Amino acid sequence: MLQLTDLEQEALALSLRVALWAVATGLPAALAVAWLLARREFPGKTLVNGIVHLPLVLPPVVVGYLLLLTFGRQGPVGGWLNATFGITLAFTWQGAALAAAVMAFPLMVRAIRLSLEAVDTRLESAARTLGAGRLEVFLTVTLPLTAPGLLAAAILGFARSLGEFGATITFVSNIPGETRTLPLALYSLVQQADGEAGALRIAAISVVLALLALAGSELLARRVKARIAG
Amino acid sequence: MLEVSVAKSLGSFNLNAQFQCPAKGIVALFGRSGAGKTSLVNALAGLVRPDSGRIAVGDDVLFDSARAINLPPERRRLGYVFQEGRLFPHYSVRGNLLYGAKRAPRDATGVSLAQVVELLGLGDLLARRPRDLSGGEKQRVALGRALLAKPRLLLMDEPLAALDQPRKQEVLPFIERLRDELDLPVVYVTHAMEEIVRLADTMVLIDAGKVAATGPVEEVTGRLELRPLTGRYDAGATLPVTVAQHEPADQLSRLAFDGGELLVRQLDLSAGTRLRVRVRARDVAIALSPPRDSSILNVLSGTVAEVGTDTGALVDLRVQVGGHALWARITKRSLRRLGLGEGTPVYALIKTVAIDRYNVGRGRGSDPADTRSQE
Repeated sequence: MLQLTDLEQEALALSLRVALWAVATGLPAALAVAWLLARREFPGKTLVNGIVHLPLVLPPVVVGYLLLLTFGRQGPVGGWLNATFGITLAFTWQGAALAAAVMAFPLMVRAIRLSLEAVDTRLESAARTLGAGRLEVFLTVTLPLTAPGLLAAAILGFARSLGEFGATITFVSNIPGETRTLPLALYSLVQQADGEAGALRIAAISVVLALLALAGSELLARRVKARIAG
Repeated sequence: MLEVSVAKSLGSFNLNAQFQCPAKGIVALFGRSGAGKTSLVNALAGLVRPDSGRIAVGDDVLFDSARAINLPPERRRLGYVFQEGRLFPHYSVRGNLLYGAKRAPRDATGVSLAQVVELLGLGDLLARRPRDLSGGEKQRVALGRALLAKPRLLLMDEPLAALDQPRKQEVLPFIERLRDELDLPVVYVTHAMEEIVRLADTMVLIDAGKVAATGPVEEVTGRLELRPLTGRYDAGATLPVTVAQHEPADQLSRLAFDGGELLVRQLDLSAGTRLRVRVRARDVAIALSPPRDSSILNVLSGTVAEVGTDTGALVDLRVQVGGHALWARITKRSLRRLGLGEGTPVYALIKTVAIDRYNVGRGRGSDPADTRSQE
């Protein structure tokens, strides 16, 4: 029972890889966007805010289809990426990571933005009177004090990425070893006449994974909180 | 020389302040809440950008709208001690102290960490977190942090306002030491006359975004027309005095000035120390002859120099005593009954009890070495 089958190992490893990449690439971008929304006034801010939140309200299948149109081989961005860097996103695990990152993006932006807005800007002013430039203030005051929000964003993003299904299957399909993550594997097994037992095992793996992630994040959150509590 | 000329429109409030004063000792910006003191200090620090004006410390121009100069806060090298401390919660006390020190220019002169720790008594606090400090300790750390950035001028925005009276008394002596032992000019925002008497040399009076008066503390606090701004309740005269002698038998000290002597409760200072004593108008009574059988110890002979034109039951008199003026607040009935007018010779009566330690300040004086010697 404890021995995972090759298929399960493959799906689990792929799920982790996709989710980690989605968080690793999505988090810095989410930080930048959250900072813009929290601290800057600019024309079109409402529009940017709306676009960021779109994946939260659109059916995931629609997001996946839009990704396919944009990042597919024939798409404007996908074609350019392929021609310039030889990168293909459609029907690859990198594409799955992109789909997961896009779906998780609004959640990450929201968590970071809330945390950024809670940072006392008067501390930033104090840092500047002590000789720190804008970037230094951001790195030594703003960012450390935003750590709980970044952590929350990473956890939310990771969890959302692990569960991503609709956008993924539409954009990168369900290719064993390439884009068949845990939810897609489960879906495939449910489709098979004798897949019941396998589906149950995958569900169990998902539950264990989720519990481990939650426990780990709780531990981290406590440490971060203790470090920055005023 | 500190040159400030700042115009800034903040909604319905207009800040339009100009003043010049020597960049030496403690310059107090005094005014009621909402007078624009904090906005002015923020403009000095570069945290608020004036619409127009010029700010210069000595030869260094920090802001000049005509020449499009606007140094960012981090390049102004003005230390800033905020009312609420603003310590970084994610750093230890040591980390807070060193934050500015690490970023100070290498060739800047100033104090070392060891000096600051000694001066402000921070030795036991270094490893602690800001959350574990009392209000007074926080302000001392904030002060040390600002000093260690090696500023050319220190800004302090009501650093004691958030503290209760015992904490104030804990921090005040440290600010006095800083004034006496470091050659660092300070711009000190306050609305407490007590702090001005104890600390300041120069006073800039701010009202409704404008500078109403600038000058030595003794002069500005003594001017009748500024009374509505310097405070009616606290109104009075500030006298420069010297500790003449102690009378340990009665636990009193004799303070001399060129109009006579004042007996106050014994001070822990050696003879010759120069001080500033604030005598509030409401603590001074007037008599036509020296009272023979009263409890009052301080009887100063003088002449009525000015009679205020207040409406209501009370009136303020300026009484010239030697080279200095005292203010006396009496009822109009007494004024009439005693037939007082300009030129009337009178005796000013001051209860020793009325002059407490909050009204006695160690002015920096002309010779700082002199005030330092008795410590």
